[in-house]
Amino acid sequence: MSMLDRKLVRDFRRLWAQGLAIGLVAAAGVMTLLLGVATYQSLFETRQAYYERYSFADIFASATRAPLGLMDRIEALPGVALASARIEQRAVLDIEGMDEPATGLILSIPDTGEALLNRLYLAEGRLPEAGHAGEAVVSQAFADAHGFRPGDELSAIMGGVKRSLTISGIVLSPEFIYSIGGSDILPDDKRFGIIWMRYSDAAASYDLTGAFNSVSLKLQRDAVVPGVIGALDDLLRPYGGQGAYDRSQQISDQFLSAELTQLQAMSYIMPPIFLGVAAFLLNMTLARLISLEREQIGLLKALGYGSGAIGWHYTKFALTIAALGTLIGWGFGAWAGRGMASLYAEFYKFPFLLFQDRPSSFLISGLAAMVAAVLGSLQAVRNVAALSPAVAMQPPAPPVYRRFFLDRLGWTRMFPQGLTMALRNLTRKPVRALLTVVGVSLSTGLLVTGLFTTDSLEYIIDATYFRTDRQHATISLALPVSASGVEAIMRLPGVMAVEPTRTIAVNLRNHLSSRRTALTGKPANPELSRVTDSDLEPVPLPQTGIALSSMLADILQARVGDMLTVELLDGSEKVIELPVTLIVTQFMGLGAYMEISELNRALGESDLANGVHLMLDEDRTETLYDEVKDLPMAAGLALQRKSLEMFRETIGENLGISMGIYIALAVLIVFGVVYNTMRIQLSERARELASLRILGFTRLEVSVILLTELAILTAVAIPLGCVLGYVMGIGMSEGFKSELFRFPLVISRASYTTAGLVVLAATIVSAAIVQRRVANLDMIAVLKTRE
Amino acid sequence: MTSIAFRTEKLAKVYGAGPTAVHALRGADLELPLGEMTVLLGHSGSGKSTLLNILGGLDRATSGKAYFGDLELTHLKDRELTRYRREHVGFVFQFYNLVPSLTARENVALVTEIARGPMPAEEALERVNLGARMDHFPAQMSGGEQQRVAIARAIAKRPRVLLCDEPTGALDIQTGVTVLEALTGVNNEMGTTTVIITHNAEIQRIAHRTLVMADGQIVSQEVNQNRVQPSEVSW
Ligand SMILES: Nc1ncnc2c1ncn2[C@@H]1O[C@H](COP(=O)(O)OP(=O)(O)OP(=O)(O)O)[C@@H](O)[C@H]1O
Ligand SMILES: [Mg+2]
Repeated sequence: MSMLDRKLVRDFRRLWAQGLAIGLVAAAGVMTLLLGVATYQSLFETRQAYYERYSFADIFASATRAPLGLMDRIEALPGVALASARIEQRAVLDIEGMDEPATGLILSIPDTGEALLNRLYLAEGRLPEAGHAGEAVVSQAFADAHGFRPGDELSAIMGGVKRSLTISGIVLSPEFIYSIGGSDILPDDKRFGIIWMRYSDAAASYDLTGAFNSVSLKLQRDAVVPGVIGALDDLLRPYGGQGAYDRSQQISDQFLSAELTQLQAMSYIMPPIFLGVAAFLLNMTLARLISLEREQIGLLKALGYGSGAIGWHYTKFALTIAALGTLIGWGFGAWAGRGMASLYAEFYKFPFLLFQDRPSSFLISGLAAMVAAVLGSLQAVRNVAALSPAVAMQPPAPPVYRRFFLDRLGWTRMFPQGLTMALRNLTRKPVRALLTVVGVSLSTGLLVTGLFTTDSLEYIIDATYFRTDRQHATISLALPVSASGVEAIMRLPGVMAVEPTRTIAVNLRNHLSSRRTALTGKPANPELSRVTDSDLEPVPLPQTGIALSSMLADILQARVGDMLTVELLDGSEKVIELPVTLIVTQFMGLGAYMEISELNRALGESDLANGVHLMLDEDRTETLYDEVKDLPMAAGLALQRKSLEMFRETIGENLGISMGIYIALAVLIVFGVVYNTMRIQLSERARELASLRILGFTRLEVSVILLTELAILTAVAIPLGCVLGYVMGIGMSEGFKSELFRFPLVISRASYTTAGLVVLAATIVSAAIVQRRVANLDMIAVLKTRE
Repeated sequence: MTSIAFRTEKLAKVYGAGPTAVHALRGADLELPLGEMTVLLGHSGSGKSTLLNILGGLDRATSGKAYFGDLELTHLKDRELTRYRREHVGFVFQFYNLVPSLTARENVALVTEIARGPMPAEEALERVNLGARMDHFPAQMSGGEQQRVAIARAIAKRPRVLLCDEPTGALDIQTGVTVLEALTGVNNEMGTTTVIITHNAEIQRIAHRTLVMADGQIVSQEVNQNRVQPSEVSW
């Protein structure tokens, strides 16, 4: 081993705590990068492999009732490789052991063999046997939520008739990696299940023999997507076609894509923060090391070592720390990766998960840490090169202090000396002070953004469930009913209030932008399902025109006063022009609303409703549930409050985990920054502080002098960090925005306070660790040497 | 309070243990009267600094006793030693040990802030003839000036004793003389008991008393009958 390497080993033994503190910050960078890259890759590849192996379709469309004969023409469309027709219906389910009814999505598979597209992965049992009426396979999440096994039974109201279904198998489908009920906004595996039956069996129930109401297409490679969509729409229009769409509007895929975008955003934000802080800490530590060792450097140079060799020696010091960080980061990253994978398995239903430890992600993250180390040692190496041997062997000139602006104002006369010392130290090393402030504020900001997710979610929940959609439940109806039908529902036990709603599929067009969505009719001044302005105050629906959610308005580039072309997708082929009369605030989904009788008039119908919102008497829900389970006209029952409870449970758990991670990471940065800054301070000021002890200052007084500077920096950094957190929050809220949901930038005072307190506590603990060294200041050693 | 400022009995100090142990003091006995200026001589390694540090409450003896007046220093706890230093002792060292981020005035004020009944920082600086340089930082002053700031800082709290370890060690003759003048001035005007360690035997001519150390013990003691002014000393 060369002498310089031996010195490296000794340096490490002496500075291991500082090295470890920096190494941990670097480790966090490596870990987040490894996780981000690995999780992104595995999720992306798993999705791709799943889609390919199970022939996930490219285009989806539904209609009211189209003859099977139409399939030949669909298959013949240019660009279409495969087409698969099926039946798709909603059904109220009655499940033993569950009070409330569940909602099922009934889908058909061909009478023989497997579907051409959206093929099923059979997890257990077998597909329904042709000719065995009443056999069905169910989605795994739904089965797991109820403990269903092949052979179990459940009842469904299909086409107004209650049927008993026998589960023959349990399956997964590429269409429902993320499954969410039609009118729900949150996944609820207990109350929403997907059920596949043989075509003839389902057709018989819904009187659709010889017909279909849903079609999926696989495209040829060179297909022009908008062209195919347009052609398919043309073919289906006479049959109540509701507008074809591609994967970008397929709910499950939309959620997966949103997740991928978020993962990507996170791996652009987090690793650079950590690696940047680590580089700064390395820079600071090396600078101090070199100033302490300038005589040795001068000696080495005098002995004939080149600047390159000595510079490399210090770079190796930085690289060793980075390597340490990389190893720790890899270890934790691989471990956390497994955790992430199981978390994904919980939310996303894949038959397999391609999560492997990929050499490429390890390589990338390790390389990033090395780059950070090299950047961090750049300045130090330059300083080594600049030291001439003669100068290096003389003691450094005493530090020159200058009076700063508060001095010139004469203010420092009024300050205690400790404060004056701290302020002058800060002005003498402004860059270091600045970087320390940046480090501590980054960690505060990180915490604020971590906490902001919860605030934002609570805000969305409050807005959605307590200000906008205040109903306890919604019954969707198989066929529209008149006022007397709504009254019949009002008479059901436990129903305290009803509110009719009418929803139809439409295609909205504003110049070149268009969007397929649901247009919902509501009373002008609804009590239950309302619309709200940006202050979340309820506003009445205008008597004329259409109200758009702000997200939909953005997509359509529409403003109040613009004329929209509304294509009704109910088979009537009607097209009407409606002015935009209101923009409403909504955080999930793309809502479009009209006054209900106005909507019915536009449809050319008398007052009809195809959904009824309910206010329930909490004590009598069971009797109501029993009635709904046998209600022929019901196609589904959404229980908003129940879903919310469930959502809070799952999300609460996951938010708890992610909060823990945020706090750990933020504390890591604070510790890295504060511990290193303090150690360096102590090293630079040991002599001064020991002199103060000689003069009769107590340990406490000396500590206070040492800590004043840190206190000033923290006092600046925490509020700054809150501002930074707000700015990062804007970035995150923009980065997370998708058509599915919008993350309002809501940060509660409690979040700022918590972030501030956590950082403060971490600062105090880190400082206390260093402060213990004040007790061991060697007063006598100071007297023997000159600096 | 007796007329004796410091008294020691069989004071011993051992560094380390076993075969490598260093006996820095081997039973040093002394008595220093109040108000006197004493010069402490001896070869390098004879234990002068060790003795001074114990008297000043910076270090602890291994055995034996040391008294400041009636106060037994060798029994004091760390906290009490700090208070002793704070209230009674002024130190001056070879390497000044000023706080670089504070001006001359502020370096002195550092002590006056925590002392009981101190003199104003300005007065302390006037006494060492630094009235004109109060607002300079250490880096802007010569070695002699810095040393005089150290003396001003040491006397500003009106200490009972002033302990100086080679105060002129890093200075040339002329500058050294100005420092010694400052010390005699303080001793004369304020009656501060002063101990000065030096390698320069000439300096003993300005003191009341000379002690010589060798191998961890006081080997001779002499009272000076005709003291001279610092300006008359040369080396
Ligand atoms: N911390 C220590 N550890 C071990 N030995 C020490 C320590 N401090 C001092 N010594 C030893 O104690 C002895 C007395 O040291 P001291 O500093 O008191 O001598 P001194 O008379 O002041 O010498 P000088 O004139 O060179 O300053 C010396 O032999 C020295 O090597
Ligand atoms: Mg000495």
